[in-house]
Amino acid sequence: MATWDELHVGTECAPREYGPLTRTDFVRYQGASGDFNPIHHDDEFAQSAGYPTAFSVGMLQAGILASYATEWLGPRNVRKFGVQFREQVWPGDRLVCTGTVVDRDEEARTVDLALVVTRVGGGAAIRGTATFAVT
Amino acid sequence: MVDKSAIGATDAPFTMPVERGKIREFARATMSSAPEYLDDPVAPIPPTFLTTVSFWSPPGQSVFSQVKMDLRRLLHGGQEYTFHGPPPAAGAELSVQTRVDDIYEKEGKRGGAMTFVVTVTEFRDESGNLVAEARSTAIETGKPATSKEGA
Repeated sequence: MATWDELHVGTECAPREYGPLTRTDFVRYQGASGDFNPIHHDDEFAQSAGYPTAFSVGMLQAGILASYATEWLGPRNVRKFGVQFREQVWPGDRLVCTGTVVDRDEEARTVDLALVVTRVGGGAAIRGTATFAVT
Repeated sequence: MVDKSAIGATDAPFTMPVERGKIREFARATMSSAPEYLDDPVAPIPPTFLTTVSFWSPPGQSVFSQVKMDLRRLLHGGQEYTFHGPPPAAGAELSVQTRVDDIYEKEGKRGGAMTFVVTVTEFRDESGNLVAEARSTAIETGKPATSKEGA
């Protein structure tokens, strides 16, 4: 876990790759989260909505990004975590998480992060921001 | 069709127990190996864990049912969690209430109006202190979705 003295504007967390994601990963997340939208596991339903296949739950890759960030700066230290969904994630996709310190508040002893989930061979699936209180 | 008169609607408050086993299940599903989540009897919740609140909302009473969105045209635009201190931990009993904060329309990138529905859920501890907030943006596309916006 990174400490306060190690964190400066521009400090980067080592990129980490997750996946390839499987339908089992989607279903495991749906069971854990309670979001049972069939578009994430039922190909026929997804095709009726105009998609080629079922695709991942946005909140799964958001959760993976949160796991990445909390392993860097500490599960109890998170104060804000936000995501915007950009590209969908498909079965077989590999994801790379990256994070950079973009602000450091000396008084509050917090750092703000810019976070990205990138699909290998594709674009950004998620752009995120987070604030951590660091000791 | 999204019902704009739902702006300001709130659901009835309900209680969400924060459970250690649920935290472990959620941490594993989101590919975390942090011992704080997996092994600590008073594990903190992962940053996006509050999405599991749906297990506790009384059936049919969600404000979302009042907005009437079409699942085939529904996309999740964004989600933000704020914690007013360390995240709640296993054993906490949170009091939960959701309101429809805003509903607005925007022209989509390839034509067709998109409707944005913003909900805010407040989580309070046993003493009534606001400990966490979740802000969610859902999008209903004007026509069946393609694969470029939202997830």
